[in-house]
Amino acid sequence: MIYNLFKIEFLKVFKKWRTYIGFLAVGVLVPLVHLAMYLEGQNSLDFITRDLRQSFLLVGNLLNGYWISYIILNVIAVHIPFLITLVAGDLLAGEATAGTYRLLITRPISRMQIVTSKFLTGFSYSALLILWLAIVSLVIGILVFGTGELLVVRSEMIIIFDKSDIFWRFLLAYGFAILGMTVVCSLAFFFSSLVENAIGPIITTMAVIIIFIIISAIDVEIFRSFKPYLFTNYILNWKEFFNDPLDMNKIINSVLVLGGHIIVLLTATAIIFQKKDILS
Amino acid sequence: MATVENVIEIINLNKRFKEIVAVDNLNLKVLRGDVFGFLGPNGAGKSTTIRLLVSLIAPNSGAINIFGESLKENRKKILTRVGAIVEKPDFYNYLSAYKNLKILSKISGIEVKSSRIFELLELVGLKERYKSKVKTYSHGMKQRLGIAQALLHDPELIILDEPTTGLDPFGMKEIRDLIIKLSKEENKTIFLSSHILSEIEMIADRMVIINKGKTIVEGEVKELLNSGTLKVTFEVDNVDKTKSILDGKSWYKKIDSISEDKLTFTLEQNDIGTLNKYLVENGITVSAVMPKRSLEEYFLKITSEAN
Repeated sequence: MIYNLFKIEFLKVFKKWRTYIGFLAVGVLVPLVHLAMYLEGQNSLDFITRDLRQSFLLVGNLLNGYWISYIILNVIAVHIPFLITLVAGDLLAGEATAGTYRLLITRPISRMQIVTSKFLTGFSYSALLILWLAIVSLVIGILVFGTGELLVVRSEMIIIFDKSDIFWRFLLAYGFAILGMTVVCSLAFFFSSLVENAIGPIITTMAVIIIFIIISAIDVEIFRSFKPYLFTNYILNWKEFFNDPLDMNKIINSVLVLGGHIIVLLTATAIIFQKKDILS
Repeated sequence: MATVENVIEIINLNKRFKEIVAVDNLNLKVLRGDVFGFLGPNGAGKSTTIRLLVSLIAPNSGAINIFGESLKENRKKILTRVGAIVEKPDFYNYLSAYKNLKILSKISGIEVKSSRIFELLELVGLKERYKSKVKTYSHGMKQRLGIAQALLHDPELIILDEPTTGLDPFGMKEIRDLIIKLSKEENKTIFLSSHILSEIEMIADRMVIINKGKTIVEGEVKELLNSGTLKVTFEVDNVDKTKSILDGKSWYKKIDSISEDKLTFTLEQNDIGTLNKYLVENGITVSAVMPKRSLEEYFLKITSEAN
């Protein structure tokens, strides 16, 4: 039954134009970054490696698809949450706005089944959006710029990964990004269960993310104690897959924190929805 | 003696929204095969009761039994046998009528054949527009689609919340005829909430009038309408002569109004024949006796008394 409901929810989501905004945004932005890199990428790379070049001779194709995909993931991963909320915030509240809760809940299905199928739909959308980002950035990047070693500049060092040691890192990084985006999806889904208008959960989720990102970025004592509790602090830890050696403790801790957020938010959503009086 | 099954039994039902009492210790029974009229002024608690019946909202106390089983404990099982329109008909506007019905059948866990969907669309006059997105439909068309979705899985109990709202007179008659057909030919039980009192009068067997969330009166429509006093107009050949015959009699005090050839009395049901006989025996030609006791009058009387 859940599979049937999921298929129906999936169909409903992909029949709405707003669903395609995220795919369109990624489909336009990423090729624009590719174009910019094609025109100006070498200058950027030279600027980043200017100090390194004084001591080392850098050879090979450093302006390659991997490096550009890494840059894109850095830049765009921050903005993907906003695209996720457009769909996830509408999953439950959209039914209230449209008055279709009445159609759904008067059918012989449980509210838990409704919540589960809708959450799976939100998760699938988040995963597909990241997959789309991966395809557009990595595949087009490799086709246009080819492969090569990946140059990663961290605060304390520069790491150069051999081209045979990169692809699995991207796969895990995209997988981690899906987990991070699922937290965002769960948050928007949670807000969506509270209200009867989809605009509210979309704006509230965006506001929470912006506030958390700002708090995470400002390095002052008063905020420092909050940071371990902010999910935004862990979402960008996909970068840990581009470290050598891997900091497994940090990765596992991040996965547990993000997974915990999903479980708590989803449980809260289910409890609220189970008890909700449908008055729309 | 065969016992009649209670399809719906509401026992001491209460629902509050913060300090507002929407349903106050409500009790009612709907019998199998009934077309049951559910009446009440605005804000009486009709929609809240219907939402409780289809588990859109939960009661604060009391019980709802449908098909003899507790709705709270057997919700899913019960809803497989119930079709409903709750308030205005809303659908997935970005999908066609056909797709909406297909999706709803799958959600119900019943694979309804396409032929059944087309049969229903034809029944409600939407077959020609089955491909059109619902957002292009008028309110009346959505109302018809609402009826189609309520009948989709061939339910035994059909709960209709003002099903003729937004329809033209022709459409209203079609829906009324459909309700009568479903009741008489297919033995469906219909729970019909309506603001159109003449509609209830025409098609309901039993009814309840509620106000402020409480049952004011419940029973057979005909019996309720025939109980108590009613207005009866006698069309006579000579009004002045009739007046003089009645002068000094107790009938005279019961005259309500007089026109050119008519006298209207307020009478008990049993008095109509007696008065008619009295007039005829005194040489008055009575060409017509017109009792007037509409549900509208009854409704207004009952609800104003309750207020």
